[in-house]
Amino acid sequence: MVPTLFGRIQTRIFLLATVGVLITLAIMPLVLAGSGLSLGERYMVGFVILATVTVLGVVWEFIYHFLMQFRWEKDWPSLFGLITLLNEGVLVWILLSAEVVPFIEVEVGAIPFWIHFLVVWIGIWLFANGPMRVPFIRWRFRGGRLL
Amino acid sequence: MVAGAGIPVYDVPFVTVGGGIGSFVTVDYLRIYGVPTSHIRILSNIDHPWQTYQFLTRVSQIPIPERIRSDSSSRPDNLWGWPSYALEEAWKDKNLGHLWNVLTEPLLNDYWTPRAGTVFQNLDREAKRIRYWDMLVKGQVRMVRRRVGGGYFTILTPPEGAATTKRVAFRSRFVHIAVGYPGLRFLPDLQEFREKMGDYQHVVNAYEPHEHVYEFLKTRPGTVVVRGGGIVASRVLQRLFDDRRKFNLQTQIVHIFRTFVTGSHGPHIWMRRKGGDGWAYQGFNYPKSVWGGQLKAEMRRLDGAARAQKYKDMGGTNTPKRRHWQAQMREGRNGSFYHPFQGTVDRVERGQDGRLVSYVRSKDGTLRQPVSDYIIDCTGLEADIAEHRVLADLLQNSGAYRNPLNRLEVERHFEVKGTASGDGALYASGTATLGGYFPGVDTFLGLQVAAQEIADDLARRGFCKKLGPVRSTAQWFKWAFNSQV
Repeated sequence: MVPTLFGRIQTRIFLLATVGVLITLAIMPLVLAGSGLSLGERYMVGFVILATVTVLGVVWEFIYHFLMQFRWEKDWPSLFGLITLLNEGVLVWILLSAEVVPFIEVEVGAIPFWIHFLVVWIGIWLFANGPMRVPFIRWRFRGGRLL
Repeated sequence: MVAGAGIPVYDVPFVTVGGGIGSFVTVDYLRIYGVPTSHIRILSNIDHPWQTYQFLTRVSQIPIPERIRSDSSSRPDNLWGWPSYALEEAWKDKNLGHLWNVLTEPLLNDYWTPRAGTVFQNLDREAKRIRYWDMLVKGQVRMVRRRVGGGYFTILTPPEGAATTKRVAFRSRFVHIAVGYPGLRFLPDLQEFREKMGDYQHVVNAYEPHEHVYEFLKTRPGTVVVRGGGIVASRVLQRLFDDRRKFNLQTQIVHIFRTFVTGSHGPHIWMRRKGGDGWAYQGFNYPKSVWGGQLKAEMRRLDGAARAQKYKDMGGTNTPKRRHWQAQMREGRNGSFYHPFQGTVDRVERGQDGRLVSYVRSKDGTLRQPVSDYIIDCTGLEADIAEHRVLADLLQNSGAYRNPLNRLEVERHFEVKGTASGDGALYASGTATLGGYFPGVDTFLGLQVAAQEIADDLARRGFCKKLGPVRSTAQWFKWAFNSQV
């Protein structure tokens, strides 16, 4: 991909709010099955994590944009879009473990967290690397801006 | 006046002149936006849109099974760019390797690029789907002129016997011009040699048929001088190396770079391109972000000298760093049959034994006089746009003018500046517009960027409906199921 800074941020917010929300809606009850949490609580956990990824993600995008400046092509290879799940996932997990993520009163296990995080991340990554261009034909020529 | 001159006049709202890939991509957009075939005419002297492209790729050493230099999602037959060529080839070959390559490029792998044959096949499919040939009118376009009442006249000479008059005129509100490369230009010393000696056999341009060079080298050991540091030079070297190995030849290759790149280069740390062994390395014709990212956004804001400077900063001849080519050159250097060096050629003369002597001066003062059987000019110089009669006429009679790179100055939406006529508009895309607000014009994806800007501008002017997310998705399904539009 060849994003601009605003393109990155817009794409991230849009995809988490659409693909991310749909995936969370679909999988959260299963991911936290057996946790003893009510359906409402399960969704609460899922959506708060999603919101955390979005907010922290805006900061991450500034860092990625800075790093991209060292690339002659000013591009962001697909693989970078995939492997940045590591740094982002680990940071959210650390914050969650340190209990500084607001609105989550219950304990979330590592396995449910990582399943949810990975499925959402890979789903968004796959969507951004192809199908996204079908409804939005101008998106790829505008550095990822939708507005 | 036109009708008074006995020239039959045909009315059609949109005319595109050229009929190559530039016209095709623009018409493809318009058809998908919903413009009927009756509102479009393609005026061209070629039968199918990829004809010229196929000729140029073939002679410059990309036969049908070879891969071109284009990104996997730069698909002139698919305006969405998805599924990409890599996905398609993976599906057809039942080979996930293509996808692994795309996933890991350019970090662990060379950029994945499509086979020339895949591109042509898909263009044919899409041309049929949009009923391209229903809109094609064969002939030679003479000129495009503004009409007093608004819009334009395009004057065409039909092929002999195809019409009752020598010329026909198309009266349209909109005209699009995509006439491609105005012609080849040779390095001055080579041009001089060709003209003085009348020898067009031993000094050749890589973009003209030159198979006889390779055939000669199969018959006896010979020396070839290659000039230029771009991808065509890489291709020609590959052919020479391949033949050398395949037929056990003893070809000697002398490679002269005018600019010999020895390493990373660029004005500052945030603008540095890799290079080495003479070459500047870059995956595609331009840094990737000109087709949609940061460089595209930056250039869009620049005019005049600032724009020219930006072109200079990111420009320069370059070639992809492909592992296969690197290995061949390494073998050539170690085996002393590939000799690259920096130099400018003062003149070329015929030696006493009839072979060619190049008088080369290097920056360090070294003088060399390599003797060769053939010289292949791979510099890919293009002729001035005024070499093309339609463009020359536009510059002279229709208010068009030149941009900082001396080509046609166009708006951000590819309308040729200075040529508006009433409620009509004249657009241009392709290489003739290089130097504008958008840099990658002479590439597949660049033609699509231009086509989208043009189609959206036409929508603003009420000629067609803009393509929103719902209609776009519906049209994509039509494309996927190959249903005619």
